[in-house]
This record gives sequence, C-alpha cells and structure tokens, in this order.
Amino acid sequence: MTNTISTEITEVTKLVEKAVNISEVSKVYGPAGAHTFALDRISLDVDKGEFVCLVGASGCGKTTLLNLIAGLDRAGGGEISVEGRPALLFQDAGLFPWLTAEKNVDLALRLRKVPKAQRSKRVAELLHTVRLDGFGDRRPHELSGGMRQRVALARALAQETQVLLMDEPFGALDAITRDLLHDEIERVWTEAGITVLFVTHNVREAVRLGDRVLVLSSRPGRVVAEFPVDIARPRRLESPEVAAVASEVTERLRKEVRRHGPSGSDGAAFGGAQSRAGDI
Amino acid sequence: MATTRTPDAGDILDVELAGIDALDVPIAPASTRGRRLWSATWPKVAATGLFFFVWQTLVWLKLKPAYALPAPATVIHRFFTDITKGNLLDATATTLHRAGMGFGVAVLIGSVIGIAVARSRILRAAIGSMITGLQTMPTIAWFPLTILYFGLTEKAILVVVVLGAAPSIANGIISGVDHIPPLQLRAGRVLGARGLSFYRHVVIPASLPGFVAGLKQGWAFAWRSLMAGELLVVIAAKPSLGVQLEFNRQANDYPSLMATMLMILIVGIVVDALFFGRLEHAIRNRWGLIDTAA
Repeated sequence: MTNTISTEITEVTKLVEKAVNISEVSKVYGPAGAHTFALDRISLDVDKGEFVCLVGASGCGKTTLLNLIAGLDRAGGGEISVEGRPALLFQDAGLFPWLTAEKNVDLALRLRKVPKAQRSKRVAELLHTVRLDGFGDRRPHELSGGMRQRVALARALAQETQVLLMDEPFGALDAITRDLLHDEIERVWTEAGITVLFVTHNVREAVRLGDRVLVLSSRPGRVVAEFPVDIARPRRLESPEVAAVASEVTERLRKEVRRHGPSGSDGAAFGGAQSRAGDI
Repeated sequence: MATTRTPDAGDILDVELAGIDALDVPIAPASTRGRRLWSATWPKVAATGLFFFVWQTLVWLKLKPAYALPAPATVIHRFFTDITKGNLLDATATTLHRAGMGFGVAVLIGSVIGIAVARSRILRAAIGSMITGLQTMPTIAWFPLTILYFGLTEKAILVVVVLGAAPSIANGIISGVDHIPPLQLRAGRVLGARGLSFYRHVVIPASLPGFVAGLKQGWAFAWRSLMAGELLVVIAAKPSLGVQLEFNRQANDYPSLMATMLMILIVGIVVDALFFGRLEHAIRNRWGLIDTAA
C-alpha cells in the first residue's frame, strides 16, 4: 500500500518538474478530407533547466510545434503544459523598428506592469547580460544581425519566464557571429537557470548546444529518435566528440529524408542500416 | 551537465563580442548640415528658374495675346502688389482656415472609420470597397447635393472637403494596419500584449507610416475639393482664393488671376514642405528607411 503511494508521489513530482510537457499533440492543415498532418500525436517533455534541441528537415513542423507551445496557435488534439508563459526567439529578431534597443527591452517589462522606477535599472542589467551596454539608444536598423538577436534575447529574458523557445535564431547570421552567440547563449542559460527548447536544421549546432537532441520526422511530425549528448561543456563546434555525435544524428536525419524519396522505404536499397541506436 | 568555465573564457568571449560589434555596426557617411541644405535647395531653385524661363519663352513667342499670357515679371510684380495693397493675404487666410477646419474634421471621421474597419472583418466586408469608391469619386459631383441641403454657404463647402479627404485617411489607416509585418504582431503577442495594450504598443505605432501617407493624400484631396468649392459656391462677402479667381476672371484681370494661382501653388508647397514632408521624413528616419549610402 505504502509502495503504491510512494510511486504515485514520485510520478507526480516528476510531472511537476517538467518545464514543458507535450502529450499526443496533433496539428492539421488544409481542408477537411485533404488535410496534411503537420504534427501527429507528438509527445516530448523537457526537464527544468534542460537544454533540448530539435532537429528535422523542412516540413517537420518544428516551427508549428513552437508556436503551439508559445500559445500562438491552438493544437488540434492532445495536451500541452508549460511552466509560465514561454518566451520565443524567431529567426528574424522581430524587434520593433520604431523603438530603440532599450525601449524594445523596456516594452517587455512594461507589458508585465513593472513599475517605472525599476524598469530602467533592469533594462541596463539585461543589456549588460547580452553585452550590449552602450548600444541601448540605437535603433534596430543601426545594429548588425547578431546584435539584433542579442537585443531580442534580452527582451525575451525580460519576460522572466522559465522556458525559452528558440526557432532557428542563428540561421541568418554569419559563422563567426554564430559561434560567439553559441557561447553567449550557453553562458546565459547557465547563469539564468532557464529551460531552453532550441529548434534548428543545423545538426552540429544542435549537438554543440543541447543536453539532448531529438530528431523529428516530416509530414507527419513525430519524435523518431533521441540522442543524449554527454560531452562536457564548454563544447567546441569543431571538436571530434561533437562531430561524432553529429554524424550519428545526421545519418538518422538523412534516413528520414530518404523516406520521402522515390523508393518510398527507408532507403534500404541504398544499403543503409535498418535501425540505429537511439531510434524510438 | 558539467559546466566548467575557466575565469578567462568568459572575458575572452566579452572581448570577442566587443570586437565583432565594433566591426559590424554600419558607419553612416558624414554629411554636414550645409551640404544637406544645399543639396535640398539647389534643385528647387534650378527647377523654378527653368519654369520661369520656359514661361518667358512662351511670352516671347507671342503664342497668346499679351493680356491673356502676361510675362512672369508682370505676374510677380502683381503678386506683391496684391499682397501689400490688395486682399490676397486675407483671402489666403480665409481659405487656409477653411482647409484646416475641413481637414481636421476629416482626420477625426476618417480615423474612427479606418480603425473600425481595420478591426472588424464584418465592417471591412461591408464598407471596405465603398470607402475606396468614395475616394476615387470626384468631389465636385457632391456639390449639387450639398448646395441643395445647405444652400450656398460655407457649410456646403466644408461637407465636400470632408467627403473628399476622409476616405483617403481611412484607407491610409487600413493600409497601414494591413501592411504590418506579421512577425511584429507575433512578437507582440509573445511578449504578452493583449487587447488595448496590443493596439497601443504594437498596432498603432506599426501602422503609423501608412496613416501618415493617408494624411498626405487626404490633404491633397481636401485642398483640391476646397478650391472647387470656393469656385462653385461663391461667397462674395468673404475674400477667399476661390473668390479671387472668380472675380479676376470676370474682370479679365489675368495678371492678378495668375498671381492668385501662384499663391495657391505656394501654399500647397509650403504646407507640404513644412508639415507633411517633414512628418514623412521623420517617420522614414525613425524606421530606418532612409538609405544614407544612396
């Protein structure tokens, strides 16, 4: 009797610790009778403080999934539970062009009804977190792409939520800036103790950043593989450990892409292994 | 997840970030105030000079008799005479006052309708195209009706001015709202903007460029409708630019007629330069739409 109670308690505690829980969620597009499943009964969860990366080819519903978690769209079926209201970083920084960098960050605080006295101090702190002290009075068009993303990050952190969603945020940046921002986001994540769900098509990036890498299938979108990344931090994009895990993930991803090719099946005709470690 | 950061690594990252920041920020070409003023002024002076030269050439060619096509010098001289000795300034004041009132009312009505239509899908389906129809309708067609209802009074003129300008302003707002990049709307929603705060912090500022474009067009229509109105509804008791035109025509006083037209042109240019032009430039500047490299 006490055994069942204690297991129930442990299970409830486990559920409470999950920052993001997605259970059998589906999302359908198109007219009735001819619809496509962007997501088909997808399930995944993220622990508090975890950094999880989602990789997938186009059409895997990665962006749709983030939109559902962020509350920008409604799921067709299943349940989503998130701790707090998640912040979302887009590929394009999405800053408001009529406001300075400072005022963009300040707006996030205003919408949370933070009193004016505290706001300017907090804005200065946040700009320092992303190392943009002194650039506060610039407008978005006066900043480089990387700087805009950092302002967007500061704005997202201003929301003071547990969960940060990132939708290919570094896709439009040059390689040098991207590398620096990888270090930057790792630092911010460690210091703030937030939970990050990071979507990308860049497998190396995913392995560089994530505690776990989940591979999504395309049309319909489901989690088809999971690769834990146990490499010590800080990691380097070009290190052999990262490359090794990345090549496993890439092979799994390629198998998924082949599935949609002319041969129909998982490309067995091309001599690929039938199943790989990490498959679900 | 093992995180072992040496004290130096974070500092190195800071230095690297500062480095790319210094390299990445676009350097705007420096231009002194004098240079900008000169580049704004000389084309206008050149264009005006060319205009007068062509005019004078036509006078020399004697295409029309001297009384019908006076020389530029005559007209300019008459312009200053009418200001100092005639009532050209009074007339201008009256006309500008009517323009201001009519435009003001048009902005109020146009804005309310514009916001309502932009927000409501039903309203948009119901009257959206009608607003565009009204915008393209020549305002002169309204006069028989307004004269019937309001008589040959100032009210008749003002109603037509409002009918001419309000649709442009409403459409400016609707267009401004429709052209907001969806990413900005999504970013606003993610930040937690809802309802009134969403409109105040996201929709209204984002639609400002479209709104100002609508204001500029609305003013042009207002000014044109007013001129038509003053010519059709001649209120002889009050001097106005339209009345001046009519009287000059009846008296065959063509130098004075042209001087009045010159005044109408000047008012149009000045209002645009001092107000709408500056407003538009300020908005483009703020949004970063001015390419300094060009």
